[in-house]
Amino acid sequence: MAGLRIENLRKSFGAVDVLKGIDLDIRDGEFVSFLGPSGCGKSTLLRSIAGLEELTDGAIHLGDREITDLPSAKRDIAMVFQNYALYPHMNVRKNMSFGLSLNGMKADEIDRRVKDAAETLRITELLDRKPKQLSGGQRQRVAIGRAIVRKPQLFLLDEPLSNLDAGLRVTMRAELAALHERLGVTMVYVTHDQVEAMTLSSRVVVLDKGRVSQFGSPLELFHRPANLFVAGFIGSPKMNFLPVRASGADGARVTVSGAGFRQPLAVELAAQAAAVDDLTLGIRPDQMRIGAPETGHLTGTVRLVERLGTESHVHVALEDGTALVIITDGTHPGRAHDRVGLTIPAEAAHLFAPTGEALPRKLDPDTERLLQV
Amino acid sequence: MPMRRTLGYGALIFLTALFVAPFLWTLITALKSEAELYAYPPVFWPERLRWENFSNAWTALPFTTFLKNSMIVVVLSTLGQLASSSLVAYGFARFQFPGRDPLFILLLATMMIPWDVKMIPLYMEFNYLGWINTLKPLIVPAWFGEAFFIFLLRQYIMTIPMEIDEAARMDGANAWQIYWRIHLPLMAPALVLVGTFHFMNAWNDYLGPLIYLNDQTTYTLPLGLALFKGLHEVDYISIAAITVILCLPPLALFFYAQRYIMDNALGSSVKG
Ligand SMILES: Nc1ncnc2c1ncn2[C@@H]1O[C@H](COP(=O)(O)OP(=O)(O)OP(=O)(O)O)[C@@H](O)[C@H]1O
Ligand SMILES: [Mg+2]
Repeated sequence: MAGLRIENLRKSFGAVDVLKGIDLDIRDGEFVSFLGPSGCGKSTLLRSIAGLEELTDGAIHLGDREITDLPSAKRDIAMVFQNYALYPHMNVRKNMSFGLSLNGMKADEIDRRVKDAAETLRITELLDRKPKQLSGGQRQRVAIGRAIVRKPQLFLLDEPLSNLDAGLRVTMRAELAALHERLGVTMVYVTHDQVEAMTLSSRVVVLDKGRVSQFGSPLELFHRPANLFVAGFIGSPKMNFLPVRASGADGARVTVSGAGFRQPLAVELAAQAAAVDDLTLGIRPDQMRIGAPETGHLTGTVRLVERLGTESHVHVALEDGTALVIITDGTHPGRAHDRVGLTIPAEAAHLFAPTGEALPRKLDPDTERLLQV
Repeated sequence: MPMRRTLGYGALIFLTALFVAPFLWTLITALKSEAELYAYPPVFWPERLRWENFSNAWTALPFTTFLKNSMIVVVLSTLGQLASSSLVAYGFARFQFPGRDPLFILLLATMMIPWDVKMIPLYMEFNYLGWINTLKPLIVPAWFGEAFFIFLLRQYIMTIPMEIDEAARMDGANAWQIYWRIHLPLMAPALVLVGTFHFMNAWNDYLGPLIYLNDQTTYTLPLGLALFKGLHEVDYISIAAITVILCLPPLALFFYAQRYIMDNALGSSVKG
């Protein structure tokens, strides 16, 4: 077991810079997810750690060893591939023992490890089958089994659940969490599904166009997104954004308003505030409240109400056309073409500087305590 | 649709008959007497099936030696073809190196050079090496790959997901082990195909042995067969008998290989 430290990792394919200087420090035994939109470089980063891609620049340390230039096999890392990559001509037992026997392990030790792993993953009765005689979920287990028999210091998983149906995904998610708990080994998990990332990991790396946008616990990402990208990426439906300007600043309090605001909004920050133009106000859909027209901060027209049962998503357009989504309870009576007033609770507001960086947000004590854990 | 079905089977039976007819005619000829062969009007079915024609033809010339020579050539060159073509195909399919693509085009271009053009330079080369009148010219070139087979196998390897190689690499396999333990077994259906093609070519090859072999003790079966075509007379019955014998190994191989290839094609397409 070991932590993983990545310094200034760069990777280019020809003229295309895919990873543009990644720094990460992953603790021993941690479960970390790489989360980001398609094409942001998650797989490339994972493959670089695995030694399947040659780095353009940078260094990788695993525990107290530098592994930057080691071949994959010497890194003591196991990887589970998205399409499983099982050896089609070998049965499950051979698939799991292939690496061990290549490394010259004794037959009885191999048997013992394969047996243990098979029991852990409940695939003992599948040991003599070929991969093509297995279901997707079973193949997935075998792929994980092939990784755990090697007892690596680090596990890499590239979207391991993306080929499974929704129900199985939830089951396997729980099993992965249990497996991590049980093995206590460092795991790095690639996904573009934020629910997976949020539920499985102790910390999440949000990647945006080859850069680390934010590295923090799931709740940190949600309550204290470091920038517009993370704020917009985490949470569903997406955070609403409105252009605003700071009309006044008084200590840590900043007063903002923008086009169509009926009254300014006074936001408390966690640091000294300054009056700046071109801020962006972010507000999560579940925090905004809908009221009668001509009340609250903004006025708009309902465009669409999506009723999901327990909640409804109300799509509202402001006078200038800006589209917002508000989550209300399932029985909210709003209908399309209604005029409504929208209230923004000041304590739920996120503010972002013109560069996209978040202004430090003051949280209520309960949330603050939750983030400390 | 029984009508269409009947028509379909009818067409199949007709075509089968068309293709089998020459072989059957050869077989019947092999069983005739000389008188029946030249009888007019032609006799279709011999009065007595003269199976002894086969043993007579076989012993008329040293066919056991020819068979031994043929076996040596066919077995060794097929082995060489499988080993070299698959290895080169693996190189082209899985390794990045400068000049790879131009080299591959060059390789494919060699398919356009007709054998007739290469015949004389090759003869000179083997003559220089002192290999004339030995079986080496028929065996050694197969150990250097064949463009068409390399192309075929490369395409086959390229359908195998790269992640399988990468998984093996992470499992500690080196490039050679990945070839030997992963690709070679996975290529089996394609190798059977290549092996069958090459076997048939080598088995039936007449021109190659004709120019490289002078001494009867080095002759292969097709050359031996041609000996029946003397200057003044042609022993049709013996030719037919030996021809029938010559057809048997490729036929047997083909039946075996066909089942194997079909099995694999179906097996992999039914379940991804
Ligand atoms: N071998 C390669 N050659 C050239 N470009 C590549 C190569 N591999 C990846 N890329 C590019 O690098 C970028 C990042 O790819 P990567 O596979 O890491 O994305 P990802 O975050 O894993 O996306 P996804 O969620 O779709 O799997 C993409 O724009 C891709 O086109
Ligand atoms: Mg990917």
